[in-house]
Amino acid sequence: MTVHPILAALRRHKVAVLLIGLQIALTLAIVANATFIIGQHIQRMNRPTGADEKDLIRVLQQWPAAPAGNDAASIEQLDALQRTDLAALRSLPDVQDAAASTSIPLLGGYTTGDIALHANQQGIAVHAAYYYGDQYLRPTLGLRLIAGRDFEANEIRHGRARADSPVIIVSQPVAAALFPNGNALGQTVYQDGKPSTIVGIVEQLQTPMRSDSTWAYNSVLEPLRSDDAYAGYVVRARPGREQAALREARKALFAVNPMRLMPEPWAGVHAFSEIRARAYRSDRGMVLLMSVISVILLCVTAAGIVGLTSFWVGQRTRQIGVRRALGARRLDILHYFQLENLLIAGGGSAVGALFALGLNTWLMTHVEMTRLPLPWVALGVLVMLVLGQLAVLVPARRASRVPPVVATRSV
Amino acid sequence: MFGYYLELAVRSLRRSPGLTALMMLTIGFGVAASMTMYAVVRGLSADPIPWKSSQLFVPQIDSWGPGDRFHDEPPDALDYTDAMALMRQHRATRQSAIYAISPSAMPNSSSRNRSPIALDGYAVYGEFFPMLDVPFHYGHGWSDDDDANQLPVVVIGDRLNRQIFGGGNSVGRTIDIDNRDYRIVGVMRDWNPQPRFFDVKGGYYSIDGPDVFLPFQHSVAIHMINAGWDGCRKGTPDPQGDFVELQHSDCVWIAYMAELGDAAAVRRYRQYLDDYASDQQKAGHFRWAPNNRLRDLPAFLDVEHLVPGNIRVSQLVAIGLLIVCLVNTMGLLLAKFLRRSGEIGIRRALGASRAAIHAQFLIEAGVIGIGGGVLGLLLTGVGVLCMGQVLSSAYANRAHVDTSLLMLTLLTAVISTLLAGMYPTLRASRVPPAWHLKAP
Repeated sequence: MTVHPILAALRRHKVAVLLIGLQIALTLAIVANATFIIGQHIQRMNRPTGADEKDLIRVLQQWPAAPAGNDAASIEQLDALQRTDLAALRSLPDVQDAAASTSIPLLGGYTTGDIALHANQQGIAVHAAYYYGDQYLRPTLGLRLIAGRDFEANEIRHGRARADSPVIIVSQPVAAALFPNGNALGQTVYQDGKPSTIVGIVEQLQTPMRSDSTWAYNSVLEPLRSDDAYAGYVVRARPGREQAALREARKALFAVNPMRLMPEPWAGVHAFSEIRARAYRSDRGMVLLMSVISVILLCVTAAGIVGLTSFWVGQRTRQIGVRRALGARRLDILHYFQLENLLIAGGGSAVGALFALGLNTWLMTHVEMTRLPLPWVALGVLVMLVLGQLAVLVPARRASRVPPVVATRSV
Repeated sequence: MFGYYLELAVRSLRRSPGLTALMMLTIGFGVAASMTMYAVVRGLSADPIPWKSSQLFVPQIDSWGPGDRFHDEPPDALDYTDAMALMRQHRATRQSAIYAISPSAMPNSSSRNRSPIALDGYAVYGEFFPMLDVPFHYGHGWSDDDDANQLPVVVIGDRLNRQIFGGGNSVGRTIDIDNRDYRIVGVMRDWNPQPRFFDVKGGYYSIDGPDVFLPFQHSVAIHMINAGWDGCRKGTPDPQGDFVELQHSDCVWIAYMAELGDAAAVRRYRQYLDDYASDQQKAGHFRWAPNNRLRDLPAFLDVEHLVPGNIRVSQLVAIGLLIVCLVNTMGLLLAKFLRRSGEIGIRRALGASRAAIHAQFLIEAGVIGIGGGVLGLLLTGVGVLCMGQVLSSAYANRAHVDTSLLMLTLLTAVISTLLAGMYPTLRASRVPPAWHLKAP
């Protein structure tokens, strides 16, 4: 079959062809970007935290009328409250382990600093988030220690949170950035100018920050119980006892000391799965929204192709009859419309691919967005071509069923 | 004639119910998607205090220097030193330094609560209340003297008043906050402007309004810690819970708002800020030329980008959907109208003018637009309700359906369908008379 007669026929419907082509182009541009956005959000939602999230519980609370002074008495008073809590939590039947911890991955609140090789912060420096906690923090979170050791009980200090611990445990990306030769263990580094020795390296630990960044896995464990108006703990329930441990922990904490505040949603006793769901709520929302819009777009465009091709088939019934009478097979008629659609969809998608890249560039300059990979656009073109072929099938089959006798009838 | 054309349109649309439904659905979905996102963005970017925002200004002073600037912008909050200097020199009509606090209402004999209540509040100066037209049920804010004397006075919110005292006029009563007694001078009406523009960085969207306001100098004196955001320059440690150190640091954590009546006052204040920065430079505190900003509230909120990027992308995609739907409708209308060339030819042969044909088909497009618009109304309603599934509730709550949104939805549907129908109508009116009467 030659393309020539198809082009000749299409030339008679310039505007309609242009419209359907434009529609395919715009649909491709939007759907390619929307699905790419969906992919990015799904990728974000699947990021590992490095912690063993199953059976992990987070406690965050505020001490009402907490002493605000920096005097030893205030600090000791706050620390005593924390130690009592931790002892109570550790004694619960469904609790395997409990630790003091200022933050937890995906929580949102965090403090950061720069870890450098030199005291004057010259040379290599790594931006990282601090987790303040006691010797139980690493095992309670279930972080994998790949070198060195845990903190020892006598290394745990307490007071206002400050990144000046003499010993620290760092995550692998921090170790690798500071010591590319892999000899980070035992080295001295400077946290905002204060010297500290790396005694352990954990494989992976996401920062509490939810948004993307180049330092999303740069974390440092500081052996210090933070004495503050806010106190945070992590609790590991015995396997499969998460719900029981949640109830017990809440009850035990209020039994030990009813004067505590857990204003929801940011504070309270929560399973980690809940914290994860909350952290990625807007990502899930975007996935949902973009999916709905993409599906509507594809349906509208498919329906548009069906509608317009049906019109053409109706208009050309007589010509089809003539062709059939002159010996064209039903398959020839079917192929005619399929090829016609392939030409229009091909032209539309070629323009659409350019639109998609243009829209992507605009999004990159105006909102946060990464470059659309070319294979993704190519896949989009393929999807549009397949969509066009599927949509055209219904009217094309109807056309192929036009009997040759139509040629002899007057309209 | 209009009635006749309407009848023709309805008859024509009935003849191909599938195509009609498809066009109406297309318009409906397209309009609903963009209107739903419009409702969200409208809610989020609405002026929180429209009658006064042009007189409210946020001063920014570059206390960090060129090394820590982002897009040449000074930090978007003040450090303690600068905020206190601005308050002392008191150059605006009204002004207040502001920081977020989260104390607790402790139970005592005169209150109903048996356990502490976590409070969401701010430490402010007395001028805060008249400056922002804070509405009061009972009483009022405190005076400048109360500020200066660091008196333990408090303004409480309506919700807290009901929680602790069961409502009613509680002015003059005492409330226990963090184990200190405070005398209530004012009870606010339900006041929850969105976003909380008086918080640092243009605030955020919240479900409930603030519970308490305490005098700034008093709060600082008793070390009531900053419960809000703080930002420190690169390489300086964040003092975190250490409130005294925070005051001595150049970390920024204080929101500041000034009321300036007219353009001349704004000019003078701008000059004053530059003079202040120059003085700091001369004194050696700043080692760089003044780089200040004085934006009015709408401009400041605009710079702070409070509408999340996700929502802006969604709005763009929704508008894209509408455009595709219109192109689709245009193609379908073209096909539909030209299919009736025979009918048009006969009508033209019988004396109908081009204008008459034009009117007839435009009305048909209009009917589709109205049908699509009504569908769009329903879908917009559903869309706004479903926003809670997609966005966090503080954002989703900002979107609401009102008459203006409904009118706009209907109008968008009809006008866009008419626009899409322009070319097909033109083509239909150009069909020559009796084209189809000729023998084939």
